[in-house]
Amino acid sequence: MMGLFLWPALAAGVMGLALASLCAGRYDVPINRMIAILAHHVLPINDRWEPIEQRIVELIRLPRTVEAMLVGPQIVGVSSGSALGGATAIFLSLGNIAVVGSAFLAGMAAIVCVYLIAATRNRTSTLMLVLAGAIVGAFYASLVSLVIFFANPDDSLPAIVYWLMGSFATASFAKVEILFISVLVAGVPLLALHFRINVLALGDEEARALGVRVERTRWLALTAVSILVAACVSVSGVIGWVGLVIPHFTRMLFGPNHRLVLPGSLLIGSGHMLLIDTIARTVSALEIPLGILTAIVGAPVFGLVLRRTKARGW
Amino acid sequence: MIRVEGLGFKYRHDNSWIFRNCSLEAQTGEVVAILGPNGCGKTTLLKTALGLYRPREGSVRSEGTFGYVPQNTEASLPFCVRDQVVMGRARHIKMFASPTRNDYHKSDTWLERLGLKQLADRPVTELSGGQRQLVLIARALVSDCRVMVLDEPASALDFRNRQTILKTLAHLARSHGITILFSTHMPQQAQFIADKVLVLRNADRHVFGPASRILSDKNLTTLYDIDMRSIKFEHDGSKNRVIFPFYQ
Repeated sequence: MMGLFLWPALAAGVMGLALASLCAGRYDVPINRMIAILAHHVLPINDRWEPIEQRIVELIRLPRTVEAMLVGPQIVGVSSGSALGGATAIFLSLGNIAVVGSAFLAGMAAIVCVYLIAATRNRTSTLMLVLAGAIVGAFYASLVSLVIFFANPDDSLPAIVYWLMGSFATASFAKVEILFISVLVAGVPLLALHFRINVLALGDEEARALGVRVERTRWLALTAVSILVAACVSVSGVIGWVGLVIPHFTRMLFGPNHRLVLPGSLLIGSGHMLLIDTIARTVSALEIPLGILTAIVGAPVFGLVLRRTKARGW
Repeated sequence: MIRVEGLGFKYRHDNSWIFRNCSLEAQTGEVVAILGPNGCGKTTLLKTALGLYRPREGSVRSEGTFGYVPQNTEASLPFCVRDQVVMGRARHIKMFASPTRNDYHKSDTWLERLGLKQLADRPVTELSGGQRQLVLIARALVSDCRVMVLDEPASALDFRNRQTILKTLAHLARSHGITILFSTHMPQQAQFIADKVLVLRNADRHVFGPASRILSDKNLTTLYDIDMRSIKFEHDGSKNRVIFPFYQ
């Protein structure tokens, strides 16, 4: 019942944060001008604004805000794979498109590795999956360290380190397109899988006894999540903690049913990233990498969530 | 109806059989109890019959699909009762689809029949052991199963809840024609509702037959390796028998 009131409140909160994020920054754009700049494409508005304000809102802040709303979860293994792909492309000075493409492909390669390790006789236990994810994650992380070790300290090293800490500073509409496509291709099917994911949450054996094809469902969900994570990391670098904290936080609000947890995580995750990104680019003269802020906020919040959810027996 | 013929199971990389040459048969609406001490393979037999484990030999045939009620363990996530029960419809719902109004209607119907309607919106983690067991039975029933397999459905419950669960199972068999297969290590439960009993002594020694013949003091004493006695008495015109271990 509480969910009925929470949905409009959450949607309004995310919209409010998006508007605030479009206004906030080192160049202050008043909210009335920002709305006029956005609305003049569809409404006959003759208000006056500076050309630089229009460029900032439309070309820098709008793609960045949309990107912040779409970037979210992380899974063990896939983000490390994407990190290696992106870092290698920066190391080889291949350019922005190559960074995105290579990060995406390496992330998908990581989930294939996880599958090859975890699947034995066509069955995968959750424990095997988590351990395989940890193994692949650690392996890729060490390769990332190797790339950093050999990187040029004057050139590629700072670029790799900064990219790895996560940022929306290079946001563009091309990157937003990548995210939109990945949400359409993977996010929509993932939302539609919510009932099957609920059944999987009962445990493999019960799910199998209820007639669910456990392996097929799990790998479908994992592939969808991996596409989303690889797309996110490829456009913004590694932004940790979001995928861990947000779904747990959402579960506290809406209960365990994935019919609510999945769209709820989408909304709350969007709001969270908008807030983090706005803080990152406004609190100091230098832009703070997002991965640092999400960990600073995420670690204590997750600690609290863990204590509360454990007290409730989840 | 269910017919299990010469079923055998052993784990991979292990030469010893958990059970083998195991056979039983139950007609529509009959109740079969699988009896045996702890660790004799009751749960493994049920899971093999369900198809969760692949049998090494033998076959299982049944009319219609199975409904499974696992051993009553702590619920991992606090799904509300209605959400938990509608999951029983999983085999009728396509991969990317959600439960329909009809699926929820079926769930509500069984919740009402089992006296759980007022608990429909409560998280399963807040229910008593007996209520949770009834929720799992409702979840099996909404799958339109014709054979229900239950792993120690009443063992972890107090006396009153135990009676409620056993009476519910007997009612489902008699009134709804559902064939029931349940495991227990308490002969009194088999005596209360079972038409037939399968006794698992060890990997390849089993006895199957009508409850009245199998549940003799002599058979039970051999099975449990302890003196088992029983007292017969009449109550309200019906014949009753209480089975108990005679500790010495």
